[in-house]
Amino acid sequence: SSNQIVRLYSRFTRLDKNNRGVLTREDFLRIPELAINPLGDRIVHSFFLESQCETVNFKQFMSVLARFRPTKSKEIKNKLNTREEKLKFAFRMYDLDCDQKISRDELLAVLHMMVGDNISEEQLNSIADRTIAEADEDGDRMISFEEFKKVMERVDVEQKMSIRFLN
Amino acid sequence: MEHFLKTILYLIFIIIIILLALAVVLAALGKSLGVRQWYINKLLVLFEFGRVRINSYAEHERHRFDIVESSEEGLPEDDTLSETSQESETPDADSYTVIRRDISISATEGIKIPSKRPDYDMSWKREFNISDIMYFLKCGMESIIQDDVTQRFAAEELKSWNLLTRTDLGYQFISWRLTFLYGIGCAIRYCILLPFRMILCCCGLTFLIVSTFLIGYFPDGKSKRTLNRIFSLMAHRILCRALSAVVTFHDSDKYRPKNGICVANHTSPLDVVILSCDNCYAMVGQSHSGFLGVMQRALSRATSHIWFERSEIKDRHLVSEKMKEHVDNEDKLPILIFPEGTCINNTSVMMFKKGGFEVSPVVYPVAIKYDSRFGDAFWNSGAESMVRHIYNIMTSWALVAHVWYLPPMTRLEGEDAVSFANRVKAEIARAGGLVDLEWDGQLKRMKVKETWKSKSQQDYSKIIKTD
Repeated sequence: SSNQIVRLYSRFTRLDKNNRGVLTREDFLRIPELAINPLGDRIVHSFFLESQCETVNFKQFMSVLARFRPTKSKEIKNKLNTREEKLKFAFRMYDLDCDQKISRDELLAVLHMMVGDNISEEQLNSIADRTIAEADEDGDRMISFEEFKKVMERVDVEQKMSIRFLN
Repeated sequence: MEHFLKTILYLIFIIIIILLALAVVLAALGKSLGVRQWYINKLLVLFEFGRVRINSYAEHERHRFDIVESSEEGLPEDDTLSETSQESETPDADSYTVIRRDISISATEGIKIPSKRPDYDMSWKREFNISDIMYFLKCGMESIIQDDVTQRFAAEELKSWNLLTRTDLGYQFISWRLTFLYGIGCAIRYCILLPFRMILCCCGLTFLIVSTFLIGYFPDGKSKRTLNRIFSLMAHRILCRALSAVVTFHDSDKYRPKNGICVANHTSPLDVVILSCDNCYAMVGQSHSGFLGVMQRALSRATSHIWFERSEIKDRHLVSEKMKEHVDNEDKLPILIFPEGTCINNTSVMMFKKGGFEVSPVVYPVAIKYDSRFGDAFWNSGAESMVRHIYNIMTSWALVAHVWYLPPMTRLEGEDAVSFANRVKAEIARAGGLVDLEWDGQLKRMKVKETWKSKSQQDYSKIIKTD
């Protein structure tokens, strides 16, 4: 709604300390809660994937956030917040080199970010192997987007990746 | 004709002088005619009127917009709408909420689920699932949209407009009456109140400097202390009037400290002036040069304050030594410290630095809350200079503050300074109706430490550990 857009715009301008109309990585990382988020860097990176350069303008900002809107039952003009898009976004979190497949190393990298030093290497390796084994269908030891989608079938993606806006 | 004009001007001049003298004398005696209170009440009526108008306009607009949008909305939206309308009845501590947070992270407490949703209950989870990143993702996105910390470093958003340009959230032209009131308000504030206040301020400052200068010549002793008290109170009351400050002190007789350490939350350097209206304090701080330095030296002549060189601040031991020495001396005034270390925008209380709490086991907390409808007292030290800040305060309607003196708190056996500081912080937050945060106020300027990530990582690891 327009009220929400106004609020998000005022948030955007508040984050933009230098008043240049765009956000840089530093502006994002100035939010302490984001900076201590284990996946913080990846999240910031996802905004920049959208913009393909070192700055994010408001339109790009909004299009990333739009993916987190609650999905509506009817198919509407807004194509960015379907289940498919949400899943693609999550997939890109893992798939850094954008080759449309999650390799074992990419999986391990994310696991590392999430647990820090608290779990041993062997345990992490076994978790990674198990996850790939469960998901992999064509035997290439990597998870493609289709396999990813299949694993997520039982997961309530809409709930997990939707932000509740107040009007 | 000219003669007529001259007499009018002469008359106005006389009236102004009389009013000024009245203000000064009243300040000196500590009494009040209640003019400011009356002024505040009238302003409140005005704001109420403004609020009603704006609300009805907003309702009208929203209704118009909803009719357009609802033709596009599907069914699931309906429950969220009714849910949110119920939620919006409960008053928020700050009106700057766009979303309802589902998951959040903090440096000391790890992963928190403020909304207590059952599908987020991770206690039964035992192993890693590839969808787990969604929790962190969502948390990150939510914090990008709205987080607890960055909003404390900017002025608070008001629930409704208070007819100052500064807080104009882009309110379009709403009605003739409001614009008219706004125009008159501007005229009054800038042309009548501002010069008045500036003159009073100069009076107050000169009074302060002169009196401390004179008192400095007295030998140290009881009479000097009494004199200092009288004159300091007088000078500060004049300064308060210069800011049109209406301060209500709660529990002043019961808990006003006579010596020891006094801690308060910090919103603006003018906090000191406000607190000094009621009680004399010794101050601790960095010695500045320039006008502030002159003030510091003047104050030091009358009574002992603790001023440090910048280089000495780094030496914690030296600082606490001096403070201890001061506190142990019964004759000296209570020390006023602001443990947050920086100005916070009066909606919350941020982490207290433990330095002040190590000096003495007994602490007298004071909570200060400004009523933001009349003018925002927060000093955004990054965005505006001190002079600009004082200018802003002088051109606001008034500065309404509530000060609560709280009963003294003692450090318990075996409690370390940090937990003691947190306990005091919680008390102050409770008394002032502020949100109690454990984030560090220095985040205004510094970056986040890498080590803070570890708590949430620990929490998550606990969840997926399979042994």
